[in-house]
Amino acid sequence: MAVADLSAWESPASAASDVAASEQFARDLRRHAVLMTARGGGSHVGSNLSIADIVAVLYSSVLEVNPSDPYDHGRDRFILSKGHACAVLYAALALKGFFPRSWLDTFYLDGSMLAGHVTHRGVPGVELSTGSLGHGLPVAVGMATALRRTDAARVFVLLSDGECDEGSVWEAALFAGHHRVGRLTAIVDYNKIQSLGTTTETLDLEPFADKWRAFGWRVVEVDGHDHAQLHQALAGAQIAEGDRPTCVIAHTVKGKGVSFMEGSVLWHYRTAAGDELAQALAEIGDSSNGNGSGNGNGAGHDSRTVANGTANNGTANGTTNGTPNNGDKAHP
Amino acid sequence: MRATFFDTLLTEARRDERVELVVGDLGFGLVERFQAEFPTRYHNAGVAEQAMTGIATGLALCGSIVFTYSIANFPTLRCLEQVRNDVCYHQANVKVVAVGGGIGYGSLGFSHHGTEDVAIVRSLPGIVAACPGDAAETAAITKAITAYEGPAFLRIGRADDTPLHAQLPSLWPGRSITMIEGRDVTIIASGPVLGAAIEAVNRLSDQGLNPTLVSMPWVKPLDEITVQKAAESSALVVTVEEHSITGGLGGAVAEVMASSAGSARLLRLGFPDGFFKGVGSPDHLRTQLGLDGEGIARSVSTALRSLTGAIR
Repeated sequence: MAVADLSAWESPASAASDVAASEQFARDLRRHAVLMTARGGGSHVGSNLSIADIVAVLYSSVLEVNPSDPYDHGRDRFILSKGHACAVLYAALALKGFFPRSWLDTFYLDGSMLAGHVTHRGVPGVELSTGSLGHGLPVAVGMATALRRTDAARVFVLLSDGECDEGSVWEAALFAGHHRVGRLTAIVDYNKIQSLGTTTETLDLEPFADKWRAFGWRVVEVDGHDHAQLHQALAGAQIAEGDRPTCVIAHTVKGKGVSFMEGSVLWHYRTAAGDELAQALAEIGDSSNGNGSGNGNGAGHDSRTVANGTANNGTANGTTNGTPNNGDKAHP
Repeated sequence: MRATFFDTLLTEARRDERVELVVGDLGFGLVERFQAEFPTRYHNAGVAEQAMTGIATGLALCGSIVFTYSIANFPTLRCLEQVRNDVCYHQANVKVVAVGGGIGYGSLGFSHHGTEDVAIVRSLPGIVAACPGDAAETAAITKAITAYEGPAFLRIGRADDTPLHAQLPSLWPGRSITMIEGRDVTIIASGPVLGAAIEAVNRLSDQGLNPTLVSMPWVKPLDEITVQKAAESSALVVTVEEHSITGGLGGAVAEVMASSAGSARLLRLGFPDGFFKGVGSPDHLRTQLGLDGEGIARSVSTALRSLTGAIR
């Protein structure tokens, strides 16, 4: 269920202009992610589309970061712990001016600085290299512990749902809850699909919110593609020192914004090409600089019919959700 | 060495407010002074080494000099990927401290024996690794890694805090100490076997031999110049360590000698590639393994005899 539980949340609702801006930013990120993975032959496009709205909201109006001074000590930190979904993060950083947009054209290719799992080396704005799951939360806890003594900076870390199979996630969750590391917000991209099937089939995480609560966190559940809800939940994560850490469970759809990728495990692996690529770009819609080839209807936010988290159960074989080329095999 | 490490760490923490300590719920009777004096810079991660190392990385990436501390394999092998990906790849200013490296916890069994950790950590890029031989080296290296910017591994023995050096130079990464200058054989010791190596040299001297003794706490970076010199000036180089003969000091010295101009033979003394037959105190196990003074002297003189025989 993609239900916002924001009733007790103290943050103000976001302005309509913020939402419009971040929605356009999300469309730009989706276009780049699809093009980058298609160009480089990279995978994980579904994971990228799943978090595009979260990353768009973070970088359009939540994170206090400065592209001209990316290592300023007082900055907010964002860790992408599900490092395989890095195309949208690279795109967000490039569009925000952390590094030249031309770098995006090199993603995944020979000699690139932009690896297929997020890498900080030589890439301004990336706080932590990840790729092996379960690393981001402990480091984020350490950062938030350090920063609560010195300044007002906050730490955000984005995890995948499958990543929560890792014991290290819960080691760090226990520590952060016990020590009330209030500067910390963990966002879980809960699209309910992991590498070989659904989370329900693999290792059921439910009752998921209750698990985080039991570890001493406060939890808010949002529709991870609803920008107004994301704005409210993430901006509301400015917590007074000594308070509990926050877990935002974002109910998402893997492959969100491209109909034939939505809810499909296949697009964890498959790369769009030819007609698929054209259709994907058309569904995502125009880029903000007007040179898109799409139909301009902003499909990234219009395809709501499949936008609730319960739509995914039982789509584990990757062929049940409108995938056009059933003959293609996933290549994990 | 534990007590010396914590004494030195406390001194460094008083000198530099960036020093923090993250323990994995170990260090009873040792960590309390640090905790009392620097409560906001002391963290017990609980029995959770992956989190311990990740949290240490996060603290370090925000400007701290962070020591992690646990027993033998727990701060290394248990969380090896955190050491590799988080600490090393980010060049985070984290110092991984393992107590009881080797057989300091001999009676506690296989789980508590550090037998391959040096080989494994040494193969990671971007980390320096030291096994001090006594309390004096422990103090010097603790100071050195506090000042050194970047990942470091410090593998200390357990209880024995007897100093074997009257005085020491600073032990910046890569420095070794030539304790006795000789000519027949060069014995290179690393870690808590240094005392046994000294005893072995005394026994060999009594037999009329004239060995060189080098204490080589830094396994990475290795003092390659000293190793090359030994390979060129001695007939035999002997490495002695409380670690598998695969990949640790013996392996590191072998790598250098294989590409050096010297013609010395190499004898590696340490743990054989296998499992110990029983448990026991460190002294008991060292005797069993031929790593006490008598055993080392016996192995060295046997090797020298066969070498001389081969030449004749």
